[in-house]
Amino acid sequence: MTAAAPTRADPDYNFAYLDEQTKRMIRRALLKAVAIPGYQVPFASREMPMPYGWGTGGVQVTAATLTPEDTLKVIDQGADDTTNAVSIRKFFQRVAGVATTEATAEATLIQTRHRIPETPLTEGQILVYQVPIPEPLRYLEPRETETRKMHALEEYGLMHVKLYEDIARHGHIATSYAYPVKVEGRYVMDPSPIPKFDNPKMSNSPALQLFGAGREQRIYAIPPWTEVVSLDFEDHPFDPGGAREACALCDARGVYLDEVIVDDAGGRMFVCSDTDHCRGRIEAGHVGASAPAAAPHGAPA
Amino acid sequence: MSDAPLAPAPAAPLFTVEGLTRRYGARIGCEDVSFELWPGEVMGIVGESGSGKSTLLSCISGQMDPDAGRVRYATRDLGTVDVRALSEPRRRMLMRTDWAFVHQNPRDGLRMTVSAGANVGERLMAVGARHYGAIRESATDWLGKVEIAPERIDDRPAAFSGGMQQRLQIARNLVTGPRLVFMDEPTGGLDVSVQARLLDLIRGLVRELGLSAIIVTHDLAVVRLLADRLMVMKGGRVVETGLTDQVLDDPQHPYTQLLVSSVLQA
Repeated sequence: MTAAAPTRADPDYNFAYLDEQTKRMIRRALLKAVAIPGYQVPFASREMPMPYGWGTGGVQVTAATLTPEDTLKVIDQGADDTTNAVSIRKFFQRVAGVATTEATAEATLIQTRHRIPETPLTEGQILVYQVPIPEPLRYLEPRETETRKMHALEEYGLMHVKLYEDIARHGHIATSYAYPVKVEGRYVMDPSPIPKFDNPKMSNSPALQLFGAGREQRIYAIPPWTEVVSLDFEDHPFDPGGAREACALCDARGVYLDEVIVDDAGGRMFVCSDTDHCRGRIEAGHVGASAPAAAPHGAPA
Repeated sequence: MSDAPLAPAPAAPLFTVEGLTRRYGARIGCEDVSFELWPGEVMGIVGESGSGKSTLLSCISGQMDPDAGRVRYATRDLGTVDVRALSEPRRRMLMRTDWAFVHQNPRDGLRMTVSAGANVGERLMAVGARHYGAIRESATDWLGKVEIAPERIDDRPAAFSGGMQQRLQIARNLVTGPRLVFMDEPTGGLDVSVQARLLDLIRGLVRELGLSAIIVTHDLAVVRLLADRLMVMKGGRVVETGLTDQVLDDPQHPYTQLLVSSVLQA
């Protein structure tokens, strides 16, 4: 496990990379976003030292909310140790010198790509999502002028047309990630490409949830204790889904599992997508079906 | 003999246009057009290309702002309202519930990337239908009414012929039970036998549902079949109005005479 104490930030950079005026501009957008839950606030997204699609929106929101006292956790598809998570974590270690952790409970600010941690979030924590396409109506209505009007006038029938198409073609609502939600009974929002399994965790969460889309230049937010409802039909209610198996390493059930192909003969195993949660359970003595004896998480089985 | 009273004669016109003018810079789109449309009535607007009939239709259906004039509509709940004075949400609500617009090109009126069923269901979902089974049932029902086989409900409109697309567009528009339908050259681009069947269908639906309709066309045969009343336009102005048969059989204005005499007699 890599937890790092605060270090001295690189003196060549302003704290958290962005200049103070930019952070101020982003904070203004964030305040507006929190005031209007689910509403997409335009902001002047900056070019970041990483390509679009790698989380430039999330990184800017993190940079604008980070304080020297924060403890930062970065996850990518639930894992703390993948390229995207490692490089963003190192980036902030260098330019902000903040403490980092992999433990969800110890973090004050968590930047995430496409997952919500399994460990329940607490009051005072901030969850920052990286968003590729903030507009839930985009693929149905390509005109931005029109989608803005639809949001303004609450004309969301089109969202259900997409769900109708799903049922007509697949017999059930086949959208499994970026599943549209309605926030506090008003705005329909794209929850970023998290699995729909995580949708219920967004509702009435004690933590503040912020969404940043860098290329699309939009910020939106779900304040703590806000109702978030996944859209559905009366006769086809929302189903969060999820694997029926237990984690092969820590035997956890009711969590989001990754399916891993282990050989050429169709062999597969299901492991927790949230690496911190999985390690915590292994350390607490839970043993999965194919857990190697005392192997650390991520070691080849 | 039933003692039930006859349906009372409508006390007010459904749709009133007064002094409608739209200019494109110095050029005239349409000028000083006034007419009334009564419930259950079908009015045809004919004229050559560039006579201002499409401009007029766009203005009265709320898609374009006129420079002057008033458009009033007798709503179900609020009485007669000035359409331009309505708030935008209300006007858009009106346009997708009480009104319908059938485009000349079905691709303009259909959502080509979703199935026929979703196309028909869209307006229902837009007004709050959230029961998949019920939406599908009424989509099936409406496909039947416009003579599209129910097993094609999950096909995309791109897989339909031109005539089927046009019929699908009509079903999609009528599913919310509108009272006023605007049609812009509904039979344009279709071959004659398909045209004839479509006209038959439209005529049946209009009579059966008691719709009021405003049909813009340059095809006199279409208005002869569908319209009760006729308005002839030239150069943005109305040159002649009257009952359809009266205007077509005894045209008064030189332009109308030219128009009627230009039709080839088969």
